Amino acid sequence: MNEIVPAHTIGGYVPMVDGPDKVSGRARYTADFVAPGMLAGRIYRSPYAHAEIIEVDVSEAAKLPGVLGIVTGTDCDKPFGVLPIARNEYPLARDKVRYKGEPVAAVAAIDDATAAKAIRLIKMKVRELPAYFKAADALAPGAAQLHEKKPGNVERDVLFELGSVADGFAGADLVCEATYNCAEVCQNQMEMHAAVADYDGVRDRMTVHASTQVPYYVHLMLAQILDMDMSKIRVIKPFVGGGFGCRTECLNVELIAALLARKVGGAVRMMISREDTFITHRGRPETDIRMKIGLTKAGKITAVECECTQRGGAHSGYGVVTILYSGSMLYAIYDLHNVKYIGKRVLTNTPPCGAFRGHGTVDVRFAFESLLDQMAGQLNLDPLELRRANLLEAPTFTDNDLMVNSYGLPECIDWVERESGWKTRKGTLPKGKGLGFACSHYISGASKPVNWTGEPHATVKLKLDFDGSIVVLTGAAEIGQGSSTILVQTVAEVLGLDIARVRIVSGDSEVVPKDNGSYSSRVTFIVGNAAIDAANKLKGLLVAAAARRLEAEPGDIECLGEVYRAGAQDKGLTFEEVVVEALKDEGTITVTGTYSTIPESHGGKKYRGAAIGGTMGYSYSAQVVEVTVDEETGEVSVDKVWVAHDCGKALNRLTVEGQVQGSVWMGMGQAMSEEAGYHDGLMVTANMLDYRVPTIQDSPPIEVGIVESNDPHGPFGAKEAGEGSLAAFLPALTNAIADATGLRFNDLPVTPDRVFAAVDRRQRIRPGSDPSPRPLVFNNADGGEGSDPVPNGSA
Amino acid sequence: MATIIELTLNGRKRVDAVPGNRLLLDYLRETVGLTGTKTGCDGGECGACTVLVDDEPTLSCLTLAGTVAGKRVDTIEALGKGGSLSAVQRGFHEKLGSQCGYCTPGFIMASAGLLRRNPRPTEAEIRQALGSNICRCTGYVKIIEAVKYASHLLATREAAAP
Repeated sequence: MNEIVPAHTIGGYVPMVDGPDKVSGRARYTADFVAPGMLAGRIYRSPYAHAEIIEVDVSEAAKLPGVLGIVTGTDCDKPFGVLPIARNEYPLARDKVRYKGEPVAAVAAIDDATAAKAIRLIKMKVRELPAYFKAADALAPGAAQLHEKKPGNVERDVLFELGSVADGFAGADLVCEATYNCAEVCQNQMEMHAAVADYDGVRDRMTVHASTQVPYYVHLMLAQILDMDMSKIRVIKPFVGGGFGCRTECLNVELIAALLARKVGGAVRMMISREDTFITHRGRPETDIRMKIGLTKAGKITAVECECTQRGGAHSGYGVVTILYSGSMLYAIYDLHNVKYIGKRVLTNTPPCGAFRGHGTVDVRFAFESLLDQMAGQLNLDPLELRRANLLEAPTFTDNDLMVNSYGLPECIDWVERESGWKTRKGTLPKGKGLGFACSHYISGASKPVNWTGEPHATVKLKLDFDGSIVVLTGAAEIGQGSSTILVQTVAEVLGLDIARVRIVSGDSEVVPKDNGSYSSRVTFIVGNAAIDAANKLKGLLVAAAARRLEAEPGDIECLGEVYRAGAQDKGLTFEEVVVEALKDEGTITVTGTYSTIPESHGGKKYRGAAIGGTMGYSYSAQVVEVTVDEETGEVSVDKVWVAHDCGKALNRLTVEGQVQGSVWMGMGQAMSEEAGYHDGLMVTANMLDYRVPTIQDSPPIEVGIVESNDPHGPFGAKEAGEGSLAAFLPALTNAIADATGLRFNDLPVTPDRVFAAVDRRQRIRPGSDPSPRPLVFNNADGGEGSDPVPNGSA
Repeated sequence: MATIIELTLNGRKRVDAVPGNRLLLDYLRETVGLTGTKTGCDGGECGACTVLVDDEPTLSCLTLAGTVAGKRVDTIEALGKGGSLSAVQRGFHEKLGSQCGYCTPGFIMASAGLLRRNPRPTEAEIRQALGSNICRCTGYVKIIEAVKYASHLLATREAAAP
């Protein structure tokens, strides 16, 4: 009997609990929910970038046999948007269109071919307005205003200075300033957008299958748009083919499907093409950054000034949050004082941007880590030692009141230094090869939810029934990141049971408790803690039942998972016997676990929007990237990546590795090839050939080191693992290219043609073999003319 | 005009009337109701719809249903026998070659096609065979491990079929 040990998976390599569905084709995604008689929905999109709508003529389309319903802007006068303070978008444009591809009308027909034909019969009369595809053009004096309440086309201005940058720069031995530009990038998740809406006219109920990360937000927006009581709506989130932030807000797709379904009094399936999935956008905005850093000779950062301008697109979306994150998340990675941030989020006539993985932090981190690396070279400091001179000491609060409780960055740096052979290999690689280093971090869930309702931040319910099975009921959206697996493991671990005893139901508003959704890497930390709470409550009930049966004190009961006993000599009870006893009072047991973040993590009020970066736990990442640059062709190959990620505690090493590899790789796409291109406001890269995603042939081995700093508040010590490693790849890559070639690229993506052009220009500027250790800096905006990095105001 | 096609779909004979412009992808998903095969792009960009036609990995979104008459077509639903997973399915599940799962049927069918003709591929051959399939979640690292593991399972006879 002494040999009985509770089952245990936390910290192991555990395949996903829904894996068998995915590898067998049984997993059903939104578009797979097709039923006989279901109608096909299609959207008519604006061919104009900016125009007043005079008339939308659907009369010819309505006459087409097989067309059963058409909706336009006149069918819905309620705006939607993820932030309660910035709802200015309509599911179907009213009065004005603001980007090419904005939905204007939608058709439900007996089949897709008929719907497509009907769309071609819709006509639109407009008065065109000046359109702006660049932030600077939209900001120019006298520019036409996109939105009435947004003068100057500024979505949000942010300005803060904590400490004194003037004093900080005065105390520096070297001050450098540089500009950076990061192209707009799209999530391009593999599942194209889709929605299935089914309206029951008899009972006035709406059921929507949505491919979303946030079923609760979709629920709220459906109620608002349809002007229906929330209790009449059911939102089902089936399997979701990736999110990466594209689906962290309700999209027009599910709203239009629902408007059509109600119009026709039936079921409508809306399948959005890849091109239109791109145009629905919600990716990372094109960002211009001016970064200025002061360093002492020893590498200590004395001041930082960062100016950040984002081309936000035609509607607000998450814009305010993005521009605030870009400033507040300068902090919480290094020991910074004297920081000034000037942020500007701009409205333009391009598709609305959103909350792409690493939300708000990535482009600014690229600029920061690039400049740091360049300055390390100028001061003749090792880039790793430079970071080590600026580490935080946890626990601490940053100058902007962000709470840092666990801090594994030093160990991350040590790991990549050791595994990459940095000390012996850096500077000794053959010509054309280089090593680059950078760090990044991210939050484990925003401490304040977008919709502040006063409820706990997460609620998880467990059901234990006669059969001895435990069902986890959660609204947490599994989108491929493995949240269902983590929650099952968590509950099983607390109870000492095999994960096979635990099932999970997520993402059906009729069954599961509300959850805010899968964004800002909140689920493991926030929902995980609620799951632990629920499992402990259930364990308490089972221990009490065992104590009754064994006529012992609950405090003397030992829970060994499948066996409950009163001391090692006791034969004890099987789990099934305990369940029988526990169910005697009220039958089927349900328990509720909750979790709320602590007020100290909410950020202070030192400047407007300071709370935005507040979280219970920051993850940390360090990376070394090794490249080979072919100067004859401009081709850059990533030979290998070493990445160390501080996730607090790896609840599942397999999925942590998968998340870290996936985010590093996604950073690689942004750094090397991905770019949303426009011609006259029309996205011309809206397919997977022109929007160039790295293939398996382009992708390097990515070696993952897991650093466990054991966060005091995290579930079993865990923090996030799926976002924090993305940002560091970008600067680590350009730092590696600078190491290999002496060419420093401050604009992304670094495509072969840009490398080739830079090599060519270097030949003209510094003919012959280049003996200079100074890198040449390339910005595309100035025509790509290379320039020497000039320190200004250096002491 | 519709034509009548006879084929062997996942080991079973079928006869269907299909319009001349019906894509194999739509035939599988909409006519037959096998939704395991996925649509990931507007045509030939991503590989999510890959099926095997006479053991050859084929993009069902670029193939007319009429052209597979008389042939063997295998979809993701064909793999795994008697409730167990095939070697490639086990590889993708156990090594986390699948995260969101949407590209997975295409990757698994392309990998099964590779292992049917070459049960011991090198890493370069794996990369070559999967070069036209896009995954947005994994960075491909664990997909390569998954296929290597499937090859190992076949070699050690721990799994019967790819």
